[in-house]
Amino acid sequence: MDERDRSKLFEQTVLPHLDAAYNLARWLAGNDCDAQDVAQEACLRAFKFFGSFRGENPRAWLLTIVRNTFYNWLKKNRPPEIAGELDDEAMAVEDVSANAETINLRIADAKTVQRAIAELPVEFREVVILREMEGFSYKEIADLSDVPIGTVMSRLARARKQLQKSLAGEFTPGVQK
Amino acid sequence: MNCQQAKLLIEPYVDGELEAAGIPELEKHINECPACALAWRNLQALRKSLKLDPLYFTAPPELRRRVKAELRSQVETKSWWGSWDWNWLTATTTSIATACLALLFTVTLTRPSAEQRLTQEIVSSHVRSLMANHVLDVVSTDQHTVKPWFNGKLDFSPPVKDLAAQEFPLIGGRLDYLDGRSVAALVFQRKLHFINLFIWPANETSSKPASFAPIQGYNVIHWSEADMTFWAVSDLNKKELMEFVQDFATGETVKP
Repeated sequence: MDERDRSKLFEQTVLPHLDAAYNLARWLAGNDCDAQDVAQEACLRAFKFFGSFRGENPRAWLLTIVRNTFYNWLKKNRPPEIAGELDDEAMAVEDVSANAETINLRIADAKTVQRAIAELPVEFREVVILREMEGFSYKEIADLSDVPIGTVMSRLARARKQLQKSLAGEFTPGVQK
Repeated sequence: MNCQQAKLLIEPYVDGELEAAGIPELEKHINECPACALAWRNLQALRKSLKLDPLYFTAPPELRRRVKAELRSQVETKSWWGSWDWNWLTATTTSIATACLALLFTVTLTRPSAEQRLTQEIVSSHVRSLMANHVLDVVSTDQHTVKPWFNGKLDFSPPVKDLAAQEFPLIGGRLDYLDGRSVAALVFQRKLHFINLFIWPANETSSKPASFAPIQGYNVIHWSEADMTFWAVSDLNKKELMEFVQDFATGETVKP
């Protein structure tokens, strides 16, 4: 394939998912400037490795690259303690489940939700974005982030509990028994 | 189903990942259990909250532009390098291939065949015999002297003829070395021209008609007859040399 045809095909199949790429990068990096850097680098890497793309799911493929690009970027640009590995086992599921079941959660306003998501550990945030915003299945998320399905499920459950807790806190005055 | 079991299934259920077989039982439990129903509703609410439009960051236009520009410049650089590389490689490969082919052709075409080599050898031998003033080992116009002279010097007996009647007088004989073996050289003369006639046993028993080859100003005629191979070489013109060959072939052989 000619370089121009390759680029054309890339623009047609992969670039339509630039929003998804930027969205994930934006949620992971936490700010627009870094997110743009990560997304751009990811796109160029994707183009470079476009030959290895087998055509199954361009969005999942691009987001895998965004994710990898982000973690590489994180290692270079952020202190190791923040970039440190999340200990999935150490975090008890129960500690965030406090009163989530006793409140009646309403749909929160975007700003509140945004803050709640931003407070999540990056690995939780990632699963939430991929599941709730991108609609990927457990299996797809597991493949994309290279972890077992069980880990995806536990991270997602804990992320949701923490989010519910955060959002419930916002609604404490309106808590109904 | 108790609440403990239901709690484990509610999330896969809302995510559409619960096995179909387990769904009716879970739904029944949710209908009957207010706590699990609340958990389910809260999960639904959370999911809706997470799907709010403002939470999805769309790519800024400048990012889109930058990515496209970057791609384009990469393509152009790559195409340029690519095509340059390609052309360069092609050109190089082609020239090498052409050179190899040319060399092969040159070698093949210019490499003389065995016969051409031998012809060259015969001319050289003829020229050498004249230059070194070593045209004759045995000087005799008498074929009956020349023929016995070869006895014991060669492992074959060359036919010797005197063609004085045809104005190609035999003037003598000589040993020579051609085609990797000792051969007989009979020397004839026409006016001031010498004719060297090289004779040795033929590899093939079949007769071979005379073939003519001019080389370096000399004429060479080659034929095979009676198990012998003959090479006549001279600075005589072709016509006269042909005459000589004719005369030699029809001439009377000296009996030993």
